Amino acid sequence: MVENRPWLTVLTHLVLICGVLMVAFPVYISIIAATHGPTALTSGRMPLLPGGELWNNVVEVLTRQQRGAAPYWLMTWNSLLMAISITLGKIAISIISAYAIVYFRFPGRVLAFWMIFITLMLPVEVRIIPTFAVVANLGLLNSYLGLTIPLIASATATFLFRQFFMTIPDELMEAARVDGAGPIKFFRDILLPLSRTNIAALCVILFIYGWIQYLWPLLVTTDPNYYTLMMGVKRLAAAQEADPQWNTIMAAVVMAMLPPVLIVIFMQRLFVKGLVETEK
Amino acid sequence: MDTKRTVFPSQGLPYLLVAPQLIITLIFFIWPAGQAIKSSFEREDPFGLSTSFVGLQHYARLFQEPAYLASIGRTALFALAVTLISMGLALVLAVAVNRLIRGGTAYSTMLLWPYAVSPVVAGILWWFIFNSSTGILPYMLEFVGVDWNHQLNGAQAMILIIIAASWKQISYNFLFFLAGLQSVPQSLNEAAAIDGAGPFKRFWTIVFPLLSPTTFFLMIVNLNYTMFDTFGVVDATTAGGPNQATNILVYKVYSDGYIGLNLGSSSAQSVILMLFVIVLTVIQFRYVERRVQY
Repeated sequence: MVENRPWLTVLTHLVLICGVLMVAFPVYISIIAATHGPTALTSGRMPLLPGGELWNNVVEVLTRQQRGAAPYWLMTWNSLLMAISITLGKIAISIISAYAIVYFRFPGRVLAFWMIFITLMLPVEVRIIPTFAVVANLGLLNSYLGLTIPLIASATATFLFRQFFMTIPDELMEAARVDGAGPIKFFRDILLPLSRTNIAALCVILFIYGWIQYLWPLLVTTDPNYYTLMMGVKRLAAAQEADPQWNTIMAAVVMAMLPPVLIVIFMQRLFVKGLVETEK
Repeated sequence: MDTKRTVFPSQGLPYLLVAPQLIITLIFFIWPAGQAIKSSFEREDPFGLSTSFVGLQHYARLFQEPAYLASIGRTALFALAVTLISMGLALVLAVAVNRLIRGGTAYSTMLLWPYAVSPVVAGILWWFIFNSSTGILPYMLEFVGVDWNHQLNGAQAMILIIIAASWKQISYNFLFFLAGLQSVPQSLNEAAAIDGAGPFKRFWTIVFPLLSPTTFFLMIVNLNYTMFDTFGVVDATTAGGPNQATNILVYKVYSDGYIGLNLGSSSAQSVILMLFVIVLTVIQFRYVERRVQY
């Protein structure tokens, strides 16, 4: 701080408290809704303080079988499986392709780099129908492979690892070669351990990415057994007109958003590192 | 493009290493994109048995269709509003956190977590708050004489998706603004203070201009976000309605193609969106200085 201006410090805190409240407001409301019984929310006036029904609502979400939807635990399992497979898949294929691009000189290397770069320009949203057709022709609709494989190509992760490998001193690799290490041994025993923090940071970012996917599972699954949480809570919410169970809907929504939010809060350092580095 | 000074002798290994990534890219990215371009120039008969080449007909028809032109305008309004609101609020919050000596991390934590909320959940949260029968905001708005019903009123539906989409993006912008602010040299600020510049003057004449690479970078990222990642927000709140009032381009591609099965037109729309992303990506990589430190 350059000079001491007490009123400015007060203003700073005031701005930040307003900001925090603004950001927390919708989630606060939904948590409150999740703690009340079904009648409190349909009476026309939304309560602003928590009620005592949270546990009952959570139990109801976990046990009630919705029409045309999967059980909540199964959707949670699907989301978890999808997020973890995407995370591991993206990291695995990106780190080896970055390794090939940095530590080898082979015909087609630049072409390979540009093909990976192009994926940045082709988000699912701009090629919905043809991608759906490809997945359907491969027989991957309603399968875990269909949910994950098309999403694991990653230009950003490849760039991150490439950037990182370029900062590793050349001497390390030369020394390893002099000592007789081949490319696979060098990768496994030297490069992988060095990349540990980067991998951890990427894990945080990619897990969130996998968990919040919505459009892709919406396209490739019609069988409720493969629905993910994001689809499930959307369907629950959309069904409220017939059956306005706001308390359980909001309990389901809060539970569905919790895992990645907790990751951000408790792994903030890794999260920030991952987010800032993948954008470089 | 550089490699290391010395490299491993390459036989088959490097090809094996890039193969998984390239195969997935080819099958699920490049091939479908090619298909989209191809079918944007073709018409399929109603039974899908034969296709004929129709040239630019789908494009010509799109740009005569009032619904599509309206959707472009709507998308522009939506993108600008979300970019301005979320960046403006994020900048104010980042400046505030950056001023603090103590407690900055705690505030940051409480501002960063919405990044992990999915767009579709963000949509549901705000839709619940604005719900005309049970929501809390319509109830309060009634006291100031506003009759809120985003299921009937197109302008209110647009406000709803702008709020939901901006809310989710504040944390991302906040993080990058804070990183940018922390790399502004403190000595410049001190020198200006000694010369008698007050905090607001210092911000506008020193800090803000030095932040411009971050601001520009965020502008591109936010335009990208509003154009493509907000599908979930729209689907969970308004589904493009009422009466097309929130049918932004990315939602229109989906509803025309996947639900309406109008393949030719949807493909042409896809190709146009691809051009948008390509331009944004090229700008991002060519002109944006990416020197962000945290």
